[in-house]
Amino acid sequence: MAGLAVSTTINGDSVEYLCQPDETLLDVLRDRLGLTGAKEGCGTGDCGACSIILDGRLVCSCLVLGAEAEGRRVETIEGMADGDVLHPLQQKFIEHAALQCGICTPGFLIAAKDLLARNPDPTEEEIRFGLAGNLCRCTGYDKIVRAVQDAASVMRAA
Amino acid sequence: MTAGFDPRYVKRDFASIGTRPLRPDGIDKVTGRARYGADFNMAGQLVGRVLRSPHAHARIRSIDTSKAEQLAGVKAVITAADLPDLTDGDAAMYDILDNCMARGKALYDGHAVAAVAAVDARTAKQALKLIAVEYEILPHVTDVDEAMMASAPVINDGVFTDGVEPKPAKPSNVAKRSQFGHGDVDAGFGQAEVIVERSFRTEQTHQGYIEPHACVASVSADGMADLWVCTQGHFVYRQHCAQLLGLEASKLRVTSSEIGGGFGGKTHVWAEPVALALSRKAGRPVKLVMTRDEVFRASGPTSATSIDVRIGARRDGTITAAEATLRYSGGAYSGAWAELGAMTAFACYGLENVRTVGFDVLVNRPKCAAYRAPSAPMAAFAVESVVDELAGRIGMNAVDFRIRNAAREGTRSSYGPVYGPIGIGPTLEAVKMHPQMQAPLKKNQGRGMACGFWFNFGGQTCSDLNIGMDGSVSLAVGTVDVGGSRASLSLVAAEELGIDYSQVRAVVADTSSLGYNDMTDGSRGTFSSSMATISAARNAIRIMRERAAQMWDIPVDEVGWEMGHAVALGEKNGNLGRLSLKEIAAASGKTGGPIAGHSELVADGAGVSFATHICDVEVDPETGATRVLRYAVVQDAGKAVHPTYVEGQYQGGAAQGIGWALNEEYIYGRDGRLQNAGFLDYRIPVCSDLPMIDTQILEIPNPNHPYGVRGVGETSIVPPLAAIANAVSNAVGVRMTHIPMSPPRILAALEAERAG
Ligand code: FES
Ligand code: FES
Repeated sequence: MAGLAVSTTINGDSVEYLCQPDETLLDVLRDRLGLTGAKEGCGTGDCGACSIILDGRLVCSCLVLGAEAEGRRVETIEGMADGDVLHPLQQKFIEHAALQCGICTPGFLIAAKDLLARNPDPTEEEIRFGLAGNLCRCTGYDKIVRAVQDAASVMRAA
Repeated sequence: MTAGFDPRYVKRDFASIGTRPLRPDGIDKVTGRARYGADFNMAGQLVGRVLRSPHAHARIRSIDTSKAEQLAGVKAVITAADLPDLTDGDAAMYDILDNCMARGKALYDGHAVAAVAAVDARTAKQALKLIAVEYEILPHVTDVDEAMMASAPVINDGVFTDGVEPKPAKPSNVAKRSQFGHGDVDAGFGQAEVIVERSFRTEQTHQGYIEPHACVASVSADGMADLWVCTQGHFVYRQHCAQLLGLEASKLRVTSSEIGGGFGGKTHVWAEPVALALSRKAGRPVKLVMTRDEVFRASGPTSATSIDVRIGARRDGTITAAEATLRYSGGAYSGAWAELGAMTAFACYGLENVRTVGFDVLVNRPKCAAYRAPSAPMAAFAVESVVDELAGRIGMNAVDFRIRNAAREGTRSSYGPVYGPIGIGPTLEAVKMHPQMQAPLKKNQGRGMACGFWFNFGGQTCSDLNIGMDGSVSLAVGTVDVGGSRASLSLVAAEELGIDYSQVRAVVADTSSLGYNDMTDGSRGTFSSSMATISAARNAIRIMRERAAQMWDIPVDEVGWEMGHAVALGEKNGNLGRLSLKEIAAASGKTGGPIAGHSELVADGAGVSFATHICDVEVDPETGATRVLRYAVVQDAGKAVHPTYVEGQYQGGAAQGIGWALNEEYIYGRDGRLQNAGFLDYRIPVCSDLPMIDTQILEIPNPNHPYGVRGVGETSIVPPLAAIANAVSNAVGVRMTHIPMSPPRILAALEAERAG
């Protein structure tokens, strides 16, 4: 099958690739572009490990086709830190031990960034419902919620 | 044990142990750089895919792979014929082989029957459709109680119940009977003034790690092979894969990737021998990644159980006798799951008369794997439910009743050994004082508590500690880091050497770089690798003292080691002062070469651990839905090396237990097929389902570890099923006996109560 040519922007850089019409954006990121930060935990939109931001909207990249990225802006975990400087969420996740195995972490960070962009001062309940699309099997979420609360207050103070 | 190493606990003031530094792999994990099982690739790599049986039980009449082989882009197709039996009479290995690829019979929905390697995923998927398998469908059984009936279809003709005399004449699905206990149980019940007897059921759950099994296998024509894989034990994987494929173990290098959760589920090979066989046949590297559907249908799950418990007590609150019969499904293969349940069931209590009998039962479901304190949560659910009810009948507070009967130092445990210093009593006392016990409860709310026990394992372990020329330290360990152990082990090296945590970098070494290490299971990772690290550090210190002696030109027994420095002892050496680790390292080229400490040992004496949990719930009587309002974990850690990660283990185990208690279960149709093989229908707790989980770490030193460390990873999943069941029962006024307590089950229990 002939590949489709796609021009898009990923983490601020313009990127071009060929992909199959039925290939997910997650597969394109991971297998064609070497951006393996987004993880496949289910492939059916149920775990959030593949979360990315597409034109400012949080999406599961396993539910988006690679071809759909044409002309749009993609943000992935690889673009979250500013060079050497971690995003406050990344910093707080490490400080609070909000990760054990870490496989869910890229998805949580992207989802939390999106949440705080829409709601800079969320309550605990808003954080819990805001992150309910992401599964973590290791932490029981306690330290994740605390890391997001702490990062939110740092970001508000900045 | 390394010669001269004394593992006994010595009380001391710690400099590093018990602090909470940032983990060394943190930045890689928050930036997406960390490489997990599926994040690795090799040049010329093919994509592997597995064809699985859609039937619960079927004879495989034939498999025709010719069409698949002819498809352009397909490089190899394999069946069981490509994995000849090299197990040499080892029944457990034969089961593993059969589970990797069905041999003659498919034993469960999801059992692998063939596999392909192709240039891309699309071609591989297409190839699977071209493989023609002719099945003869056989009667199946998926329920543990039904499988024990005489009328049940026999899953394996070669299984004759082990542990009964005389050996049965006919095969059955009961693989094994095991029994534990002591005293005279009948006499004990004779002394009882109140007896409570009940039957319980728990459904099968999955470990639910977010990372599916993934590996990249590469076998070269000269017999050299490499395997990159997410595993809890790369040394064990190497042995199993080498044996199943007829490779020389030393020629197979296994590298453990970062692991995205395991909880016991990544202790068994499934896909790895298949990937190696595909690579060998295709002559190219093969990447094999399970889909989530495959993870549910063909990997991991824990047992479903059916358990009867009977406990008798006097009115003063003393238990006089206790017994339990425990039936555990093991999937289509023999296991020792019921045995573990029978051992742990009454381990929290000091009992004069106790007996447990376990039955391991074959069913047409995937081969069970360990799941965090395997088999203990179900047994604890049944026992702790009856303990609660019995306390209520006697009119005693549930905590006081348990304190009265709790095991203590010197108690002969229900599974045999006599306990040393243990933490069950202290966790109960702490729970009694816990503020959550005073929190007011409203209508439809209930509080429950329960205790749990886990053995903890030690086992074969080795570590290498290398001192760099610049005085920095690299530590190579062979236990996989499943939840922050590199941070903990760096702390241990820093503590022992007397240097700063930041000077140490710990890595998990591959199978060609370090001696054999057992699996990271049984909560052994930090316990046993810390012991090996302490031993390795002490060996390095001995060498550094020798080097300092040489530099000072004094006898080595006049050199001591304090806070990262060699110190010259005695008045006559008073002018020599101290030599830092860094100075000794810098001079090493002239004093005898590189400095390293090695350690190979069997870590014995992993201290048993106990926990008590408190749970408050609210049950909606209209919908049957349960909400966890408050949750607290109190557990003995021996000594918490990195308390933040200990808390994380406590919280994670509690959350898994909450999912198990309220929601998670494998649902099979009448056709024997799994109906909910995905995270949408097999629902694990999400962030909005849970409250904050309070933790309290008690430290009752383990006498068999230099720092007093006990394993901490597993015990936390033991009490939740019972604690939540007790809470729900108290909230609705009906004893809940079937886990998970999903809304329909709670409604049915309420309905049955109303109907009388
Ligand atoms: S992989 Fe996309 S939601 Fe799970
Ligand atoms: S840290 Fe392991 S799944 Fe979240």
